[in-house]
Amino acid sequence: MIWVDTIIQGILLGGLYALFASGLSLVFGIMRLVNLAHGDLIVLGAYLILLVVTVLGLSPMVALVIALPAMFALGFGLQKIVLNRVLGEDILPPLLVTFGLSVVIQNALLESFSADSRRLPTGTLGTASIQMGTISVGVLPLLTFASAVLVIIVLNQIFYRTSLGRAFRATSDDATTASLMGIKPGNIFAAATGLAMTIVTIAALYLGMRANFDPAIGPARLIYAFEAVIIGGLGSLWGTLAGGVIIGVAQTVGAAINPEWQILAGHLAFLAVLLIRPRGLFPRAVD
Amino acid sequence: MSLLSTHDLTAHYGQFQALFGVGLELREGECVAIIGANGAGKTTLMRSISGILRNVSSMVRFDGQDIGEMPADEVTKLGIAMVPEGRKLFPSLTVEENLLIGQYGRKTDGFWSLNTIYSMFPILRERRHNPGTALSGGQQQMVAIGRALMSNPRVLLCDELSLGLAPVVIRDIYAAMPRIRDSGASIVVVEQDIGQALKVADRVYCMMEGRVTLSGRPADLDRSAIHYAYFGANV
Repeated sequence: MIWVDTIIQGILLGGLYALFASGLSLVFGIMRLVNLAHGDLIVLGAYLILLVVTVLGLSPMVALVIALPAMFALGFGLQKIVLNRVLGEDILPPLLVTFGLSVVIQNALLESFSADSRRLPTGTLGTASIQMGTISVGVLPLLTFASAVLVIIVLNQIFYRTSLGRAFRATSDDATTASLMGIKPGNIFAAATGLAMTIVTIAALYLGMRANFDPAIGPARLIYAFEAVIIGGLGSLWGTLAGGVIIGVAQTVGAAINPEWQILAGHLAFLAVLLIRPRGLFPRAVD
Repeated sequence: MSLLSTHDLTAHYGQFQALFGVGLELREGECVAIIGANGAGKTTLMRSISGILRNVSSMVRFDGQDIGEMPADEVTKLGIAMVPEGRKLFPSLTVEENLLIGQYGRKTDGFWSLNTIYSMFPILRERRHNPGTALSGGQQQMVAIGRALMSNPRVLLCDELSLGLAPVVIRDIYAAMPRIRDSGASIVVVEQDIGQALKVADRVYCMMEGRVTLSGRPADLDRSAIHYAYFGANV
């Protein structure tokens, strides 16, 4: 029974990793931009929520509502003012710029909030659980997983049911021809990064409520997000959820065997999938 | 009064100069054909008018406004739509989505809508949920034309409609031209197929090596003059 419990915890943890990864997947899918500051932006989001919670005395869930538009604006501006200038045939400039951004964010957070580890207050939610037969499942992990599923459903709806989604796909296919349709590719990219930042903020909420965070943990979140995206296959959001679940399960199973193996087991699972399916589990047919 | 005109238009790709002072005009309601061999600068001219290539502002005029410097998305919103060379459908979009994106971000109250385009090209209604790129070349060209028309443009630029298509398919595509003109659009067609161009156009410009070498009404141009303007030699 302990194994069933471990696997369920792993699946739910996968929801958090899928939240980390969805924004990364979205941005890469639309503009072939690998944002190396993605993990640090998640941590920035967590600090922003913490700031709203501390200053205004709100609960984290309510603080999220304030943080979402702020992070959308940050993403939109970042793309429009900085990242659009480095997008092009060469993939190196965006990598360098986002790597630099990662360093800047980490140090700015260190200066502003110190290296102390923080946590978002959860009240009773942090310890609440539901009894399922002999297994008890935490409400917070369940909420995390449900949010990941919801985010992916909403993203797919936006992608395949709205005019903005058509513009996302068209611009991703061919930005020059998209501009002949009256689309400004720069604005579409900015909207995509803005949208990715709202997902980052949701991920940040659960990151901050489930565990401690400090300014230096961003790069590790980036690695988990990357692995989830690659396992799932580039461009498939449901694949990204599957990738998150695989890493989550591998980590909890690894930790159950030996707590030192938690992180290593996740990376090993990633390598194993790469060996068997180099293009990921659900690669997109095109490209 | 010309609706669209170019004035001493030059264009460069890096060091390479592709257009040398091209001047032409399109009057309201007219259909103008631009003919010329490969490398004559026809596509460069289309790219300059549509805003994909940016020029000096005064080199392109539309409806009394200098638009040479304007980016493509703004040119499109003024009412100039393009059917690009090679069709350039969006592979991630279905046929219907390809059509819908033609009117992105605008409400269009004009003749052209999904319904009128489907009635002009009925096959597209049948295939509307297929990916655009799953269609035959001729059907893809219909989608590309429909996509441009969805914005209810005042000027329709058609770049090499006949490229890679069978003659019978080309005839079907050109059969749509009268309906497009009746809807009020003025048309520029770029063609290598001289016969087709002379049939459909009110006036013809012939280009060679980045310059206009001949222009006039089809009836006024004799074949040998066209051949000379087209190839630079008598055939």
